[in-house]
Amino acid sequence: MKKSRLLMLLAALLPLGLFIFPLWNITLEAPQYPIPLGMNIHINDFSDANPFDIKNINLMNHYVGMKYIPDAIPEFKIFPAGIIITTIIGLIIGFKFNYKWFLGWFILMIVLSLAGLYDFYLWEHDYGNNLDPKAIMKFTNPDGSIMGFQPPLFGSKDILNFTAHSYPRLGTLFLALGIAVSLIAFLLGKKESKSITV
Amino acid sequence: MKNIFKISVGFLIIAIAATSCNNSDSSKSKGALSSSAAEQVYVAPGEHDEFYAFLSGGFSGQLSVYGLPSGRLFKVIPVFSQDAEKAYGYNEETKPMLMTSFGEIPWGDAHHPDISQTNGVLDGRWIFINENNTPRIARIDLTTFETVEIIEIPNTAGNHSSSYVTDNTEYVIAGTRFSVPVPQRDMSIKDYKGNFKGALSFLKVDPDSGQMDLSFQILMPGFDYDKAHPGRGKSDGWFFYTTYNTEEANTLLEVNASQNDKDFIAAVNWKKAEEYIKAGKFKTMPAKYAHNIYNDETHSATTTWGTSVKVLDPAECPGLVYFLPTPKSPHGCDVDPTGEYIVGSGKLAASLTVHSFTKMLDAIKNEKFAGEAYGIPILNFEDVLAGTVEQPGLGPLHTEFDNKGNAYTTFFISSEVVKWKLGTWEILDRQPAFYSPGHLMIPGGNSQKPFGKYLVSLNKITKDRYLPTGPEVCQSAQLFDISGDKMKLLLDFPTIGEPHYAAGIPANLIAPKSKKIFKLADNKHPFATTSDADARVERDGNNVHIYMTTIRSHFNPDNIEGVKVGDKVYFHVTNLEQDYDVPHGVSMIGANTSEVLIMPGQTETFVWYPKQVGVWPFYCTDFCSALHQEMQGYIRVSPKNSNIELSWGLGED
Repeated sequence: MKKSRLLMLLAALLPLGLFIFPLWNITLEAPQYPIPLGMNIHINDFSDANPFDIKNINLMNHYVGMKYIPDAIPEFKIFPAGIIITTIIGLIIGFKFNYKWFLGWFILMIVLSLAGLYDFYLWEHDYGNNLDPKAIMKFTNPDGSIMGFQPPLFGSKDILNFTAHSYPRLGTLFLALGIAVSLIAFLLGKKESKSITV
Repeated sequence: MKNIFKISVGFLIIAIAATSCNNSDSSKSKGALSSSAAEQVYVAPGEHDEFYAFLSGGFSGQLSVYGLPSGRLFKVIPVFSQDAEKAYGYNEETKPMLMTSFGEIPWGDAHHPDISQTNGVLDGRWIFINENNTPRIARIDLTTFETVEIIEIPNTAGNHSSSYVTDNTEYVIAGTRFSVPVPQRDMSIKDYKGNFKGALSFLKVDPDSGQMDLSFQILMPGFDYDKAHPGRGKSDGWFFYTTYNTEEANTLLEVNASQNDKDFIAAVNWKKAEEYIKAGKFKTMPAKYAHNIYNDETHSATTTWGTSVKVLDPAECPGLVYFLPTPKSPHGCDVDPTGEYIVGSGKLAASLTVHSFTKMLDAIKNEKFAGEAYGIPILNFEDVLAGTVEQPGLGPLHTEFDNKGNAYTTFFISSEVVKWKLGTWEILDRQPAFYSPGHLMIPGGNSQKPFGKYLVSLNKITKDRYLPTGPEVCQSAQLFDISGDKMKLLLDFPTIGEPHYAAGIPANLIAPKSKKIFKLADNKHPFATTSDADARVERDGNNVHIYMTTIRSHFNPDNIEGVKVGDKVYFHVTNLEQDYDVPHGVSMIGANTSEVLIMPGQTETFVWYPKQVGVWPFYCTDFCSALHQEMQGYIRVSPKNSNIELSWGLGED
């Protein structure tokens, strides 16, 4: 089998790492938390970085009127299905279709990933800004608007006494690598097809 | 083509490696050798001590936890005395811990902590400590630093030769300092001689749960059994006890018990005792004793009653006990890490006596006996003597050992710690102690594996060492560096109550196992309220049970009506927190008991008797959170004949 096909098959399989490793992590540091509070986001679950972290994040956040982190969200059903379907599509392409389709899969995955990120941003925005009007503590920005507590989409940000870190974890890397390898597979396939014609 | 393939695979591996190790712990490296005493005891803010030290509280009845080398106090663990701060002995859950055959006793005299061992090495699982006055032994769990078991010792008075553990914690022992009639009866004190008995008790320790069981007692002649030490290594299977008052005097002991030139160290072969028990050579005596066990899942203690004890008579059990003559009312009884040397500190002797275990076995084998006392063979002093430390000081009390073949003995009268060499018996160093040391402690210094870096001298007299605090001043501990040839005084630090013995252990054997919270899911307290939905108030006749929860920063319920004068109100409070170091406390105006201080996941109960009509507040007693001051509630108390129904709520407008 051509190396480009092998790579394409690898590319299609790599996103399955999302079923083993977390997608994203949000960590909250504060002086009173020498071991920071952390939440891992999986494609089908939220989990504690250390036992009871989510419960304790909720307790912290209730002071400023943020909602509790839900036990389940619709994405936990949609994301796993999406990954399984795109992997199957990728495998079919890898076995049956020529290298041009590899690029198609690459573009599909880029689009879906961006959609996922946008969804994540929307959830974060709602979580950080849709506050209980009876919140114990209400903060305003210097311009008088109500202060929100949206964690960063990517990177670190100071929110009151906490420093919030939001970074991808191993699962996202598997997804990114799968996407990258599909592009390599496409380029390789292109070369291979040229060398055959020559 | 191959290259692209290889590069992409290589990239994958590097990327995985890079993301999977981004959470490494920050290492805490210590600087190079430091010289000044200040540098040696300085533990920088946020840094941790190298050792835990557990100092008995003596007449405080408690056990205090310090760090070494800093001498910082971390916790006072309530053991034999009530502690209002922690509600120990006040809340409904821990009251049974202080139950005895004499009823509930709010105080004890805590003497000799000893850490559990495996193969003669400290394992840091439990610490045992004896109560002298109303004979008991307690076990403290070193994952929670809480007292989890107290067992009363029958037929015993002044439980002083206690509570030491054997090489594999097979047994923890108790022993009587004051011989008494056994069984107790109405008789003339003058008939002491020949009639009073001294019981030595062996408590089997369950290797998994740590639970103690009074296995058997050896009924010895009516001497005073002062201190004890298990054999180590080669002498494992034996226990050694110093005795005084072999004169069997019953009055003015300071004179009458100081007449014999030599008293004894009693060598007890406990493996032989096990054989005799197995062979059925024991008598079963009725005995009533309390056995109190605290359970970490029900967060409650229960008392069960022992009704009998197996007793061995050494006169009927050849090979069980031998007497080793030892000069002048020996106090400390200490066995070196190899198990060969048994040091007897004759309080009134001019020299320190060291017996040889090998020579003792030889003498026993050859039946070279000098006589007998109450059917117990007495060996010849010269036959068992390993050597004497000449002119060591005045008033020797206790000896500990390092890992280099040295021994360290405290001298009460000449107020010093003396270092000497095992085998050559030469004195290597002496350092003054301020003042009059009793016990001393080297971490692991009574085991097969001492950690010979620090020595703590526990001094009986303080006088001018600190700022004065009126007639009553604290007692004092002193830390010595013993890593070099000469001992070096590093630090004085004040102690709680009167520390008798202490136990030390490297922090890394305990700290990683220290519990942070109790899991709510494991809470099996019969009155636990593990979710807010279950918070409620129930009436059962005059008893009102409040099933209350706490979480930052409110009680649920926080408004209760329908309570009446004459009721007995139980606050069963469950702390729903699952975060480290977020306890909540609660008390009620006019409660005739202490607050309760509830750790995350725990349930505790206190009782309140409403006596006056009105609306009465309760509040959180531990500054738990930013809104701690808002953590409060009210109970409406109506007249006895009122027909207001119970109602409760939280957050309703």
